[in-house]
Amino acid sequence: MASTTRQGFQQSLEDLQQNILRMGSIVEQVIAKSVECLVRQDARMAAEVVEGDVVIDEMELQIEDQCLKLIATQQPMAKDLRKIAAGFKIITDLERMADYSVDIARIAQRILETGQPLIKPLIDIPRMAELAQVMVKQSLDAYVREDIELAYTVARADDQIDMLHNQVFRELLVFMMEDPKTITQATYLLFVSRYLERIADHATNIAEEAIYLATGERKELND
Amino acid sequence: MVQTKIKVTNLNFYYGSKWALKDISMEIKSNSVTALIGPSGCGKSTFLRTLNRLNDLIEGARLSGEILLDGENIYAPDVDVINLRKRVGMVFQRPNPFPMSIYDNVAYGPRIHGIKSREKLDEIVERSLKAAALWEEVADRLRQPALGLSGGQQQRLCIARLLAVEPEVVLMDEPSSALDPVSTLKIEELIRVLKEKYTIIIVTHNMQQAARISDYTVFFLNGEMVEYDNTEIIFTRPRDQRTEDYITGRFG
Repeated sequence: MASTTRQGFQQSLEDLQQNILRMGSIVEQVIAKSVECLVRQDARMAAEVVEGDVVIDEMELQIEDQCLKLIATQQPMAKDLRKIAAGFKIITDLERMADYSVDIARIAQRILETGQPLIKPLIDIPRMAELAQVMVKQSLDAYVREDIELAYTVARADDQIDMLHNQVFRELLVFMMEDPKTITQATYLLFVSRYLERIADHATNIAEEAIYLATGERKELND
Repeated sequence: MVQTKIKVTNLNFYYGSKWALKDISMEIKSNSVTALIGPSGCGKSTFLRTLNRLNDLIEGARLSGEILLDGENIYAPDVDVINLRKRVGMVFQRPNPFPMSIYDNVAYGPRIHGIKSREKLDEIVERSLKAAALWEEVADRLRQPALGLSGGQQQRLCIARLLAVEPEVVLMDEPSSALDPVSTLKIEELIRVLKEKYTIIIVTHNMQQAARISDYTVFFLNGEMVEYDNTEIIFTRPRDQRTEDYITGRFG
């Protein structure tokens, strides 16, 4: 029974989801850039990531207002209500991801300031970043399309990221044991890995919201 | 442990050839608020009126199935309908105070049921008006005509009039649809308090009202009971697509 009676409201819900997708795609780019500036040791790109954060914060507030306005004026129920409630939480997750990306870009800046070249070529960290980006995209698609299968795909990718994070941890530990001069940078890189792992957890949260929207059930995917 | 106050089994109701209620079965819990929702003509008011046999008065109406009030069939031949309606009282959409004083409105029921003592009547009137959250507004003008009260006050007076005969179940047919927002909230607050003593069943077109005040919600459509569940579930994750479509305003 498609909306014949509430076309305006329907349109507003679609606009809301479009805005969330738009915010999501910007966050994806920021995640990619934050790791890229680290790999390439590119100071300008790092600065761009740090400075670009205000745009994302702005978007979050704007979408939050949109959600509040719909709740106040439309008295949403059932799936409409869940869609807006999930949107509310999703933008918080996205904003946190962007903050972590900024943290990664700041680390890139610090490493540059030390003048020490990278202690090793970065392989797993860019892989984690790629995976995290895909997770963000898929989790948001799962939300918009109410696709439960896709939401579970995101949860499985999260396990992979956790595995990579462990691997990075062990590898860096070995570096630090062998040569104490690497400790500072290795610690920084460990943070980067940790931040990417956190970003993936936030994507998993979004996947949980997608499942909640589609089914009304709460599912814990992060463990 | 929540007790069942009213048990409805395979209830069918016809207005002549129109099949208005189709095989309804449900249990209504004591000391709770049950909201009946659904589009116009879905049967919710008809259902409400079967619970105190108000439909008996309609020409050509026919009913099958069973309604038990505390385990007793209210359609059994030996049931005293007047007594039933004392136990199962009703508040209507438009306030309908009698054209007499505030006091006499409330004392009307007890007098009919044989109470003559002035003292006793005074006590019942005061208690009922207090229970209906109206006492403070009218205590100094009990002798004035009830029709001089505002709409919201009149509706609370009707509730006081009902409480004066000490019912067990209170049926409400859109009790606040003709009232302003503040009066509506007063009635809602009253309902919340009243459920401690009474079992309340309310028909409402105001979905937010059902969500705010009821413990259970029943969705009717075309004479069928589509879904019956805890209010919280109905309004956040209904099981039936038709319920979803209705409460999200997709039809009706």
